[in-house]
Amino acid sequence: MFIAQTLPTVTSSWYLSLAALLFAIGAVGLLVRRNPLVMFMCVELMLNAVNLTFVAFARSMGDLGGQALVFFVMVVAAAEVVVGLAIMVALLRRRPDATTADDVAALRG
Amino acid sequence: MSLLASLAAQAAQPVTPVTSVLVETPSVDWWGLLPLILLAAPAMVLLHASSLLRRVFRGFYATASVGIAGTAAAFAIVQWFRVTDLDGGRGPYTTVASAYTVDGYSVFITVVLCVAVIVSSLVADGYLRREGLDGAETYALLLLSASGGVVMASANDLIVLFLGLEVLSIPVYVLAASHLRRSASQEAGFKYFILGAFASAFFLYGIALVYGATGSTNLGTIRQTLQDDPFVDGGALLLAGAAFLLVGFGFKVAAVPFHAWTPDVYQGAPSPVVSYMASGVKAAGFAGLVRVFDVTLAGQVRDWQPIVVGLAVLTLLGGSVLAVAQTDVKRMLAYSSISHAGFLLVGVAVASPEGAAAVLFYLAAYGLMIGGTFAVVTAVAGPGEQATGIDAFRGLGRRQPMLALGFTVLLFAQTGVPLTSGFFAKFGVIKAAVDGGWYWLAAVAMLSAVVGAFVYLRLVVAMFMVEDIDPHHGDGDVVAATPAPVAMPAALTLALAATVVATLVVGFLPGLLTDLAGDAVPVVLATLP
Repeated sequence: MFIAQTLPTVTSSWYLSLAALLFAIGAVGLLVRRNPLVMFMCVELMLNAVNLTFVAFARSMGDLGGQALVFFVMVVAAAEVVVGLAIMVALLRRRPDATTADDVAALRG
Repeated sequence: MSLLASLAAQAAQPVTPVTSVLVETPSVDWWGLLPLILLAAPAMVLLHASSLLRRVFRGFYATASVGIAGTAAAFAIVQWFRVTDLDGGRGPYTTVASAYTVDGYSVFITVVLCVAVIVSSLVADGYLRREGLDGAETYALLLLSASGGVVMASANDLIVLFLGLEVLSIPVYVLAASHLRRSASQEAGFKYFILGAFASAFFLYGIALVYGATGSTNLGTIRQTLQDDPFVDGGALLLAGAAFLLVGFGFKVAAVPFHAWTPDVYQGAPSPVVSYMASGVKAAGFAGLVRVFDVTLAGQVRDWQPIVVGLAVLTLLGGSVLAVAQTDVKRMLAYSSISHAGFLLVGVAVASPEGAAAVLFYLAAYGLMIGGTFAVVTAVAGPGEQATGIDAFRGLGRRQPMLALGFTVLLFAQTGVPLTSGFFAKFGVIKAAVDGGWYWLAAVAMLSAVVGAFVYLRLVVAMFMVEDIDPHHGDGDVVAATPAPVAMPAALTLALAATVVATLVVGFLPGLLTDLAGDAVPVVLATLP
């Protein structure tokens, strides 16, 4: 059982680190990417990183409450996407040339 | 024993009573939830009715919206007497498995939100008809957003607070983008949505970290856990969580350095919606902020206070200095609302019951004066909201003296001139800072008020002291037409008159509102056994 002894045990802190990494990728992605759809996906990545954090904490504490919270987050994420895509469609109807977020910059002072 | 035999044996046994296998559901105090239900349910009925009713009389939807918000406010006021009377009444209590608080604080914010909806609806009535957008959607979304704000003010659980925040925000994203013929409106909606969703993710990550540190999302349990062991989990997780929560709140209340969306959204979104954003959304955001930081994390005040004080200083100075450079009135009011958020943050940062009461007074007074201010901006901007520059206000004092006078009162109130509600709002916050020993912070707040005064007085000067463009005595080349008189729909005039009167009444008799704000100190109730 050589392998089992050398491989480290996967603890909840592994999942927490992964979640933090995913959250950071999402946050940085939202700031650097200019395609509105990719920006949406980055927000979704951040929300799912939070879900992973909730589940990892719930598992390590033996508390079911944290797993139930994930459902609330999913519902909210779905609602946000619906509204966000609707706003994008309305925007593109008015300005068919606005394919990147940098094109949406008429308002400045 | 075969499967069949075991099934037969089971069938032969007496049936267990059904009640014992039911999942226990928490008891719900429907009376406590009534203002929330009275906002959300009729809003949806209104939305459905609008698709069924063929013809309604002019202004039906605005009337319905005002009626719904008024009813909710009336029931909230009935609740007020029950929950603030500690001897004969019920006192503050929680319901729905201690996730929802009904206390003076939540009722106060509920009424502030209802008033914000009423003022916005009155302004929206004429606006939507002028822009050819009349319909039930705007009003239904305003009411639904307010119901989210009520949940936020009443939440006794972080996840309920998050749900309230989203129900508050998502309708406002739609409202900001709701002017289908102005691409600036869709741009505002898009920017608000992206940054709002970004902030929500931060807020949610903060909740997850606080949950990991304390093992609960219930505010009462969190407070109890932290009282028993202030260094739970080494404190790092909790502090990181609190920092993320603060980022989320900072975006919602438009605190510097999380304010970047504010000027663009205020400029692009329809003015009646901006009125609700400045009064309603800000009130709900601060309601959550005070309950989480001033009450739940009261034991950690030494950790978060320096950060909130820093935010307050940046917001105070950033808002008022940047406002000076603006030429568009809506952008200017956006920066001025940022500097008002700075004053509110001072009230949060001092972390005392006086500070919380000052925040409540400020939210109520500011909600009224900014509602009236945007009523004037809506009227003056004209069709398509073209005229939002300072020039649009030039000579207004001669052409429409009553309108200009009302606007002047509201601008003086935002400056903080005595005998208006704005003076006592600023006074309360600064007094709370001085009582807490924060002399330099009070000085920064006063400095910001002085810088901010320039912005408001510039508008007053434009209205009364700048010579009107005279077409007859020009140089001959310039034949400028006298601007058309500003159209004042009846509902908008009513909203403007009511906010001006309220601003003056509170300015002359501040005791009316300070006593109420003082009674509405927020509480966090631990989970009942």
